[in-house]
Amino acid sequence: MRHGSSHRPRRSERRSANVPKPERPPSRRLKEAPGSDAALWSKCPKCGEVLYRRDLAANLDVCTRCGYHFRMGAFDRIASIADGEFAEIGRDVESNDPLGWTDKRTYPAKLKSDRERSGLSESVVCGFATVGGFPVGLGVMDFHFRGGTMGRVTGERIARLFEEARDRKVPCIIFAASGGARMEEGMLALMQMAKTTAAVARFMQDGNFFISVLTDPTTGGVSASFAFQADVVVAESKAMIGFAGRRVIEQTIRQRLPDQFQTAEFLLEKGALDMVVDRRKLKETLVRLLEYAAHE
Amino acid sequence: MSNNLIIEREKGLVELERRIAELRQVSAAQPLDMSSEIGALERKYEQILAELFGTLTPWQKVHMARHPARPTSLDYISRFDRFDELHGDRQFRDDPSIVGGFALLRSRPVMVIGQQRGRDTRENLRRNFGMPAPEGYRKTSRLARLAARLRLPIVTFVDTKGADPGISSEERAQSEAIATCLQTFSTARVPIVTTIIGEGGSGGALALAIADRVIMLEHSTYSVASPEGCAAILWSDASKAEEAAARLKLTADDLRRFGVVDEIITEPLGGAHRNAEDVVKRTLEVIDAALTQLTPLSEERLMEERYRKYRRLGEWQAEGLEPIGAQ
Repeated sequence: MRHGSSHRPRRSERRSANVPKPERPPSRRLKEAPGSDAALWSKCPKCGEVLYRRDLAANLDVCTRCGYHFRMGAFDRIASIADGEFAEIGRDVESNDPLGWTDKRTYPAKLKSDRERSGLSESVVCGFATVGGFPVGLGVMDFHFRGGTMGRVTGERIARLFEEARDRKVPCIIFAASGGARMEEGMLALMQMAKTTAAVARFMQDGNFFISVLTDPTTGGVSASFAFQADVVVAESKAMIGFAGRRVIEQTIRQRLPDQFQTAEFLLEKGALDMVVDRRKLKETLVRLLEYAAHE
Repeated sequence: MSNNLIIEREKGLVELERRIAELRQVSAAQPLDMSSEIGALERKYEQILAELFGTLTPWQKVHMARHPARPTSLDYISRFDRFDELHGDRQFRDDPSIVGGFALLRSRPVMVIGQQRGRDTRENLRRNFGMPAPEGYRKTSRLARLAARLRLPIVTFVDTKGADPGISSEERAQSEAIATCLQTFSTARVPIVTTIIGEGGSGGALALAIADRVIMLEHSTYSVASPEGCAAILWSDASKAEEAAARLKLTADDLRRFGVVDEIITEPLGGAHRNAEDVVKRTLEVIDAALTQLTPLSEERLMEERYRKYRRLGEWQAEGLEPIGAQ
């Protein structure tokens, strides 16, 4: 059983009973033995503050002292945005091993351990919910599963989300968190950029509204496809967003990059984003945006 | 020492070529009949060529795709009946790593766009080694939209290690530029034919490669990341690139099997640069034939088929190695 839930009574209350419990991911950011007292506490990597986990969860995984945004699990995110019920789609789509990939471990072994550790079946959870009363399609990526990389299942679920949202004529909100295309699925992973683009384009051509929320980190094949194709591109405070990863750029230019480089605030200043929003204001911001698209 | 494996393999051949040419010259200038010597040398040459290049490993293909003498986009475009280059993204600058403009291909007006690397250091610096910046992708989107407006088919050539990973490219939102390119190609209501002529590196290559027909040269490569990049990501060791190249399934045959590529153009023994004129000519014939097939399709059918092509790609299924989306 997942150990995190018993320490987070407030979260459990806020989470609708309709969100199935077994899919609850434990957060990998909390590196402690299950049941130990350490599980009660989290240390903020930014300011070093030791935070009581229940307080942290109640504050949407934002440090109560410095405002650092911890990486959020997909179902925690859904609970923080959806009004209540969340109907997941695409659960039947699961990964296999198209290239017969092995590096340090086999690809199926990596998938298996990530499934066990994260409680997720893949790097994205898609479905339908209401947000501020508006029915929407929600796609939430989770960095805790293969670094949020996009493989065939990720692409397939996102494409299905946009196709179904197009049929239902409801807006879509995507929460991006990704290291890019997944190496272990080779070109088939890269082609998910084309697949998601096709589904998003059809959805938007019909006049449907698409909001993208970029969270830490959003890079590579995800930032260079659906994440930046939205009508409105929002980012969470301090999220790292870019095409090339920081390490790749540093190796290319053989210089250390300034800390601010590729942060949401930096991109806002450069004109790449519509707005940067604190997670604690995110839901109300999304609801306001949905209102503009739902006039009449 | 060249760091290109193919050039290393070619070194002895260059010497043989020189000797054959010398003998021919001598033979032409003198009454002596040297045809048997020349014949013997030529047979030897052919034999070595077959031994060296008869089969290439994925890693050797990566080097073949990067060979400095391999035909580049402009080598193909210059064989069109006419080409009028259009420049610039209208926002920032003209990116020389992408060339594009109006062209006539066998009297058919088209929009042609290609990634352009340099042949030597100087040209490579100017063209940023064929790695486009956001303004290159924005120029591409602009030209593709123009083509769609004028009902001109789009012909593209892919030849890049990847999108430029520099500071200024990030500052000008490389991700957005590529994302918009993908969107433009996905929605352009005209036939699109793409040919992977050299290296197809990641999203920076795909930005020009959403197409109704994807053609690939036999020894070109097309992959989710460069083998060096993949090795650095997975093993934190770029020297494992050879191993990564084998695992990534980046050859034309692999990609045909996956349905990513529709058609393969064979290359002469030793690679396209050994008979560039023939390769370019045959490639343009295949592009022309694809356009002839696509042009009569109704706009609706064209768009539906393109949607289905990419919607099916990488479909998850139990037998992952079955051809997916292949015709």
